[in-house]
Amino acid sequence: MAYPKDYKYTKEHEWIQIKGNTALVGITDHAQESLGDIVFVELPKVGAQVEAGKSFGTVESVKAVSELYAPASGKVVEVNDSLNQSPEAVNQDAHKAWMIKLELSNPSQADGLMLADDYEKYVAEEK
Amino acid sequence: MLTLKVRLSSRADSVTVTTRIEREKHLSSTAEGQTLRKTALNATHRKLGAKMVDFGGWDMPVEYPASGGLVKEHLAVRSGVGMFDVSHMGDILIRGPQALDAVQWISMNDASKLQEGQAHYSALLYPEGTFVDDVIVHKMGQNDYLLVINAGTREKDHSWVRKNVSKFRCHADDVGDYYTQIAIQGPKAEATLQKLTNVDLSQIKNYWFKHGTVCNLPNTLIARTGYTAEDGFEIYVPSDVPTSERVWNEVTEAGKEFGIVPCGLGARNTLRLEGKMALYGHEISDTINVFEAALDRYCKMEKADFVGKAALEKVKAAGVKRILVGLEAVDRGIPRDGYKVFDDTGTEIGYVTSGSPAPSLKKNIALAYVPPQHSEIGHEVFVEIRGQKIKSKVVPTPFYKRPKKS
Repeated sequence: MAYPKDYKYTKEHEWIQIKGNTALVGITDHAQESLGDIVFVELPKVGAQVEAGKSFGTVESVKAVSELYAPASGKVVEVNDSLNQSPEAVNQDAHKAWMIKLELSNPSQADGLMLADDYEKYVAEEK
Repeated sequence: MLTLKVRLSSRADSVTVTTRIEREKHLSSTAEGQTLRKTALNATHRKLGAKMVDFGGWDMPVEYPASGGLVKEHLAVRSGVGMFDVSHMGDILIRGPQALDAVQWISMNDASKLQEGQAHYSALLYPEGTFVDDVIVHKMGQNDYLLVINAGTREKDHSWVRKNVSKFRCHADDVGDYYTQIAIQGPKAEATLQKLTNVDLSQIKNYWFKHGTVCNLPNTLIARTGYTAEDGFEIYVPSDVPTSERVWNEVTEAGKEFGIVPCGLGARNTLRLEGKMALYGHEISDTINVFEAALDRYCKMEKADFVGKAALEKVKAAGVKRILVGLEAVDRGIPRDGYKVFDDTGTEIGYVTSGSPAPSLKKNIALAYVPPQHSEIGHEVFVEIRGQKIKSKVVPTPFYKRPKKS
């Protein structure tokens, strides 16, 4: 699956799509593929503060638990609650199945993250 | 009921905070520096696009994403048929004039009750009444027994067996490398395998076996056994690569009309957990005894002396301080291996040995050790998941029972 060019990517396999002051965050296609059947997504509440590089939730497949790491700091202004009912949406289209929407504390914080091409190379090296 | 160790959600793995890729690496590097052992079907699994993991020193498939992945594999076994490479399991042959005496001494079940062609579940015990391993004992002939043991404990088991049978006139030989063992499991297992053999499979009862021609291989062991809580067979064919691949492919072809899928260790673990089948290193270990594990119905205290008996008599008289129970999460959350269990006052009372979403039941289930006073059906306990105490209740086990044949 192609990695959207307007997203940025973390080494921990999250993506962030920044629009002005806000951003959507999810996990990458590579991450969902590694995890397998996703059965549970645990996300913060609206209003929570998340910090770049720190855990903001967990995603679980049948066989594994994984932490979710925030690509940037900010306040959670929206949570994708539909993932409670249908966590498998992350397997179906990881780049559409956003998890949280952030109001960014400092949008330039994401400058250091990987671009799609770099991330693809990074994943290829991991394999 | 062949058991094996799935380290997919071992304690360290499920509670340590790591990135997911670190986790994946952890899974495949536990034997770093050592060469992983491979079954004869290793190239086949890779060709099928399986995700491979280090499992007890073996490079084994955990799931096959190309054919749908873990949940689909699990459900195929429940409703149709699935096939597993379980060649990593160990096999010990005990032969000689005193083979039965030897088996009776090292194994807790009563092998004198076995007829030729019959198998049973049992365990090898330490003098303390705790587990060396659990095994399936097959009576191949008058003085000829086959013990099928776990992959991760092969060397340990074999040296333990050799030591403990030394006073009997018999040989204990590790023949694990001679066989490729394929498990064909599910309600359509019989229809699948019947196409490939001249043996009338309907005449093999559960936990019995026969020898016959399978895929033109004469004298092949066909056992109606498995580790999925479903009907099924395990076949033992020569372990050379061409033969192993040919048999694998022929089974695949025979099962096609029933939707057969290759299944990995992931599905094997969820299937056995739903059926409350013990996994070494989880429900049973060298620190857990037979009564705690609630496996005493396979332990024949009335037979002549065996390793562990004296200690177990004391345990039986004194009672146990903890017992294995089945839990179902009432609140949202997935109990995992190693998570702590609390009572309603917040006191820690035990721990989860295996926990997972149960694909057939659509519930989150666990096996856990708790004190007997917390073990009655319906009793409420709390499993701590990332700092939160999730309400759970004790439920009857096995969690899943296969429907009776109509």
